[in-house]
This record gives sequence, C-alpha cells and structure tokens, in this order.
Amino acid sequence: MDFMTSVGVWVAAFLTLSIFSFLYKDNPFYKFAEHLMVGVSAGYWVILLFYNVLLPDAIDPLFTEGKWYYIIPLILGLLMWTRLFKKTAWISRYPLAFYLGIATGVAIPLEMKAKVIEQLYGSVGLVAQMHEMDAGFGTVINNVVILIGVFSSLIYFFFSKEHTGITGRVSQVGIGVLMIGFGASFGFTVMARVSLLIERVQFLLFEWLKFGA
Amino acid sequence: MKRQIPLTIIFILGLFMVFQYFVPHETSEFLYEFIALDWPPIIGVFALALGIISLVRVSIKRVRTRDENWQYALVTLIGLAAMLTAGLPWFGGQTSPVVQWQFDFIMRPITATMFSLLAFFIASAAYRAFRARSVLATLLLLSAVIVMIRFFPMGPFTEPAAATADWVLNYPNLAAKRAILIGVGLGIVSTALKIILGVERSYMGRD
Repeated sequence: MDFMTSVGVWVAAFLTLSIFSFLYKDNPFYKFAEHLMVGVSAGYWVILLFYNVLLPDAIDPLFTEGKWYYIIPLILGLLMWTRLFKKTAWISRYPLAFYLGIATGVAIPLEMKAKVIEQLYGSVGLVAQMHEMDAGFGTVINNVVILIGVFSSLIYFFFSKEHTGITGRVSQVGIGVLMIGFGASFGFTVMARVSLLIERVQFLLFEWLKFGA
Repeated sequence: MKRQIPLTIIFILGLFMVFQYFVPHETSEFLYEFIALDWPPIIGVFALALGIISLVRVSIKRVRTRDENWQYALVTLIGLAAMLTAGLPWFGGQTSPVVQWQFDFIMRPITATMFSLLAFFIASAAYRAFRARSVLATLLLLSAVIVMIRFFPMGPFTEPAAATADWVLNYPNLAAKRAILIGVGLGIVSTALKIILGVERSYMGRD
C-alpha cells in the first residue's frame, strides 16, 4: 500500500468514526465530517458537470465545432445568475421559463405513457389476454391479485367520493395492498442499510485495523 | 415584462414540446434532441453553480461575522476549494488522482457511513411502526419480515422463504407500486398542465 493510500485509509477511518459518533449525540467530530462532506461533494458535482455536460455539450460545440446556436443555452444559464442580485432577480425567470416549459411539455406525454398507460396495460392487459396465453391456474390467480391490488389501491387514492359502503370496503383492501408494498420497500431499505453498515465495519476491521492480516 | 413574458414562454414551449412528441418528422426530432435533451442539462449546470455561489456566500458571511459554529463553515469552504482546485484542467481535471483520492477517502466513507447510520434509526422506527396492533400494521410487519428473511441462510427453509418473498415482491408489492406510479404519473401530468397554463406560478417567487 503506497503512502497516499495509507493516509487515505486513516482519514476515511477517522471520518467513519466521526459520523458514527452521532449515535451517542451530536458532537464537533460529526459536525466537522458533515460540513466537510458538503464542501467536497459540492466541488465534486461542479467538476463532474463541467467535464461531462458543459464542456462536451456546450463549450466544445460552440467553440470547436462552430455551432453558434449553442450560445443560447449558455446565455440562458448565465441569466440564472441574475438571481444573485435583488434588482435583477426577475430576469432569472426567463431561463427558468425555458427550463420549465421544456420539462413540463416533455413530461406530459412521456409520464402519461410510462407511468399511467403502460402500468394500466400491465395490470389490465395481462388479465384480458390470459385466454390467449393458455395460462395456468397459478398465473391466473397472480394476475388477478395484481388487477385487484391496483384497482383497490386506486380506489383508496380516489377522493371525489366518500370512502363508505362498497367504496370504503374496496379502499380498505387497497390500504392492505399498499401496506404490503410499503413493508416490502421497508424490508429492502433495512437490508440495504445493514449491508452498508457491514461494509463500513469490514472497512474498519480489515482495511484500517488489519484484523486477520 | 417581469411575469407575462416568462408565462408566455412556458405556455408556447410547453405546448410545442407536447405536440412535437406526436410528430415523427426529422425537424421535430432534431428540435427535441437539441432543445429537450441538450438545453436543460446546460442550464442546470448554471443552476447548480448558483447554488454553490450561494453556499460560498453564506459560508463566507458566517466566517466573517464569527457566527455560532463559524469554524464549520470554514471547513466547508476548505473542502470545496480543495476539490475544485484538484479538478482544474492543469491538475488533470476530473481524472486527477487528487480528485479520486478525495472521492475514495472522504466522500465515499462519509456517504456510506451516513446511510449506514440509518440502520440504527430505522430499527427504532420499526419498533414503533411495526407493533402489530391492527391488521394493516400486521400486513406491513409480515411483508417487511418476509422480504428481510429472504436474504438469510436458513437451511431447508431458505428456498420456501425465497419463493414466498419473490411472490410478495412480484404480485401484491407490484400492484401497490403500480397504483402509486399511476397516481404519481397523473400528479406529474396535472402539475405540468397547471404550470403550462399559468395556474401554478409559485416558482416565480415574489417581485
């Protein structure tokens, strides 16, 4: 292990322990690591976006390839900075308007297709096509579970009618399905966090303290 | 001038981007690639820089006025300066070994440890949330436990546990996720429409 890597392992161990010290209570070591993280990661994002977005997508096409129209997004980007001064802050609404106009216009058909139509097709279409697929009993039951789950959960999200009577009962089924979904997400999150914890402990034991080396 | 022109820009660009999706002409596709794919990230870089400038201004102010805990603002500034300096083209840009060192030994350990801290907090949250006091809480608890034990080696029970977890993930969980996605999709579309039509204007701030 070279000198810089050795120093790095010690720095990483110090920062890891500083963050873990928060388990006791908020303290200067934790605050130090937290603030260092803010500064370093802000710098890292600047570097990443400059070399991967600004340079290849705007500066190179404009100055190297002579595509003059790339001056437009650059000017719009610079106009964002007018927000820094009270008197000129309103000018930053222009680039924001461009950004939002594009983002919202693109989002409407794409989101409608990906998040609504495709999902509905995946839920209803499968059941509708089951007779063509020569599906077994298990597949039929599973597809019906999805259909009922999606339908009842959507009823739970439907607030234009009071959740009483049949609507109330269906929405109760919907809450149950949503709870299963939330539980699964929670289980996954816990396992992911525990994996990270194991990785950090392994780092401290084997890379820093060299246990078993 | 201050409000009407931005609102008009959003209206025209928004409608144009919606309609161009349905036009398979090459000009439409060029405009989509140029305006929709290239422009927003470029403007976004400047927006990020705006955030960094604000961070620097606030931090410098805290150091100058010797605010409470001003030393930590100085740490932020030093961290930012160290990373930016290492990333200058003369030092190798984003592939500079110093950038890589800071990423490997500062950013990665802190981020991973912060997220791993959640393992402890999530355990106490789980205790409160998962007390099986109702049918719904029991469903939440069962589903989480089934997904979690999927990762444990349990001898002869490993395969049935994995099969049960897969079923929960592939069917009821999928149904819940689809319903949420449909809700989110409709929410995004309605919010986008409100912005295009000028009903939602909070992003403009105050005059």
